[in-house]
Amino acid sequence: MLPRLACAIAGVTLSALTSLHSVSVQANVPVDPGALHAGDLNDLFFGEALFNAYQDNHVDAIAALDTELKQHRLLDDPELDPFSVHFGQAEFAVGDLELSYRMHREAGRAMEQVLQGNVAQPIKNEAAYRLAKIHYQKQQFANALHALELIQGRVPERVRPQEQFLRARVYMQLGRFEEAVALLEDLRGEKSLQGFVEYNLGIALLKAGETEKGVLVLDGLGRKAGSGNAKQALQDKTNLLLGNQLMKAEEYDRARSYFDRVQLSGPFSDQALLGAGWVEANAGRYDRALVPWQMLKERRSTDAAVHEAMLAVPYAYGKLDVHSTAAVNYGQALDLFGEQVDVLSHSITSIREGKLLEALRRKEASQVKNWVVELRKLPGAPETHYLLGLMASNDYQEFLRNYQDLNNLFERNQDWLQSLDAFEEIIALRRSYYEPILPGLDVAFRQVDARIKMRLEQRQRLAARIDNLLVNRRPELLAKSDETEARLILEQVREILAYNPNLTSEETEDRIARLEGVLKFRLSREFDDRLTTAYKNLQELDGVIATLQETYQRYVRTRQAATHSYEGYTDQITSLRGGLNRAQDRIDQLMAQQGRMLEQLAVHELDQRRAQLESYQIKARFALADSYDRANELQEQREDERKVEAYQRQVEQLQNAQPQSSEPAVNPDGEALPTDNPPELEAPESDSGEGGNDA
Amino acid sequence: MSRVLITLVATLMLSLSVLVNAQNVSREEIRGLDEQIQDVKKDVISLTSELNRLEEKLLFPSNTQVALFVSLPNSQEFSLESVEVKLNNQVVAHHLYTYREIEALQQGGVQRIHTANVQTGAHPLEVTYFGKSKSGKEYRATATHSVEKAVGPKFVEIQVAGNQSAINFKDW
Repeated sequence: MLPRLACAIAGVTLSALTSLHSVSVQANVPVDPGALHAGDLNDLFFGEALFNAYQDNHVDAIAALDTELKQHRLLDDPELDPFSVHFGQAEFAVGDLELSYRMHREAGRAMEQVLQGNVAQPIKNEAAYRLAKIHYQKQQFANALHALELIQGRVPERVRPQEQFLRARVYMQLGRFEEAVALLEDLRGEKSLQGFVEYNLGIALLKAGETEKGVLVLDGLGRKAGSGNAKQALQDKTNLLLGNQLMKAEEYDRARSYFDRVQLSGPFSDQALLGAGWVEANAGRYDRALVPWQMLKERRSTDAAVHEAMLAVPYAYGKLDVHSTAAVNYGQALDLFGEQVDVLSHSITSIREGKLLEALRRKEASQVKNWVVELRKLPGAPETHYLLGLMASNDYQEFLRNYQDLNNLFERNQDWLQSLDAFEEIIALRRSYYEPILPGLDVAFRQVDARIKMRLEQRQRLAARIDNLLVNRRPELLAKSDETEARLILEQVREILAYNPNLTSEETEDRIARLEGVLKFRLSREFDDRLTTAYKNLQELDGVIATLQETYQRYVRTRQAATHSYEGYTDQITSLRGGLNRAQDRIDQLMAQQGRMLEQLAVHELDQRRAQLESYQIKARFALADSYDRANELQEQREDERKVEAYQRQVEQLQNAQPQSSEPAVNPDGEALPTDNPPELEAPESDSGEGGNDA
Repeated sequence: MSRVLITLVATLMLSLSVLVNAQNVSREEIRGLDEQIQDVKKDVISLTSELNRLEEKLLFPSNTQVALFVSLPNSQEFSLESVEVKLNNQVVAHHLYTYREIEALQQGGVQRIHTANVQTGAHPLEVTYFGKSKSGKEYRATATHSVEKAVGPKFVEIQVAGNQSAINFKDW
């Protein structure tokens, strides 16, 4: 009976473990660095997006990259943009980030676009690999294989091992174990996948029916998977798997050695201790089964393995005919089950009151490692140790993350809504400041602008005159004001003399001619110097005009900026606020749905555990009563045996005292019947003798 | 006793199958919800993109914008603890780095530490950092730079060469 029972337990445990293994192995596979690597940075904003991506700030990273990509696509000469160096990398990075942010559909679309685009085959191959990865994560294995079949030629060396590993796992999921084995054999020795390849290879061999080979591969991995917590856990998991597999095959001694290899402090130690006990129990060595079970019994009182051990220990004692100890242990089990049923009832109430979701929304959820486990320490929070198994499932993990993502988006949108209010305040302040002063400024500016234009025209005229003087030498045009005045006076004197000839004399003529000659001589002599000076002055004027124009431009820009600082935002802000509010409503609904699902699953899980414990309680009560009965029976039996022994001793003594007095009566059953009365029916001889003496 | 354990195992198996069924029943619902969540994420990312652009345009117009970025080129062995930035002799940023930020910088990410509005012209920039090597040796350095602001936006990369106690500036 018991071997079948143990195998059934092992079978259940094994199937649960196998599913857990496949999940964990997938989850633990080293992350493909993919497109998310900085290399030589040519664009600061790409670097900033990576900074966010490396910290899992997916929304900021995707939004930044999306903006960069959109702006780049709008450029007339995109090749001049430093971002062009990172363009292809950014496209893949967006896909990767969307995948990390559980936007599989978007990531899939992005990859399909690459596949349909006019790009080189290696890039298409990488896109096909990434698309396959998305399908695999969504458990669409046939689609994943279809995507992998789109790969033509070799994939980029960077992702080649990952592609082959993914292909092997897809084959395994589709039941094509021989093909998976061939691929995994080829991947053995790949450092980045060390341990994971061997584990999957072992499983594939077992599933392909090559049990001995599979056990051999897993045995090697179970001896040394590598250093580090993850590798150590993989090693333990492998040994546990082998132990259960061999127990199922009724090879108990071999199975025990694998259970013994599992670390006592590791995450698989409870299952290993339980398995080790069952191996011994199956082999009929109940005393040895008690060793691991007793150890397990002292462990965390919320573990299913511990609960099972609480029943297994008294069961073993019962088998060893130590029914009183068994009864004591059943009593302890009942106490524990009672306590835990209360804990579970309280946890279910707590979840129904929304405490679980409340805790998941707290900031610590993204900052504290294993927050879901840690939240049990909060007052009134549910006992999350009972949810660990549920939480190990992909679906629940995805629900949890989605719920937290939605909560983050909700809070982020809330902040943006507040920011929009602040923006509107800023805009109103700017409007109230600028609107009264701008009309006056515009009037003053128009006046200054007219003067500037006039002066610029003057400058143009002067420049034209100087240019003309270079060709047509006209010294009078460079005369100073006193010289021009003197020239004009001389011309006036000549006009007066022409009008009044009686005033003319030779001397006067000579004096006027001399004066004109002096003036012309001076102008002619100084013409070159004066022209040079005029040119230099024009250059100086140009410098001043450049400053003027710069100030002018600055004013124009500032004037435009002043208008732009408050004009043209109203529609955009209204539209964005509407979009945010609509998003908030949707997020609210989705959070409620996702939260309900999380609660339902958690309550369902706790309910099951409670039902299981209640069932354990019933069994333990019956077993306790049974143990008491047996213990009593045994005690009575022993008492009877002691009495029989005492009678026999007395008979022997009597026989020795009265040798061959008479033949004893023969019992029809063949057993010798007592020939004397029970001692309590006989009067004590010595007492009566003594009494007689006394009397 | 054996009967007890058989019942126990049967209960366990039954409970497992119930869970599987419970999950299978709602598979379509799960998929539908997941797709709706993906849609809302996409919408919010798009909104965030637009909001970022609006914020930049409103608060940091290109004619006055100066953005300062911090990077750790080739400093895998160096752990940046803090950076202080003074622009125009005023402390404008003092940042203490988290473990994740340090890792992101070491992997080649670039942190925008400060964005400011300044007039065109030269503006003194002073940067001080403090950090540690893997062995625990402390490093600190201070360096100055002149930010030449022209009409367009100005970007300055502050490259912290940790183990050399040096800071390099790169104008973009």
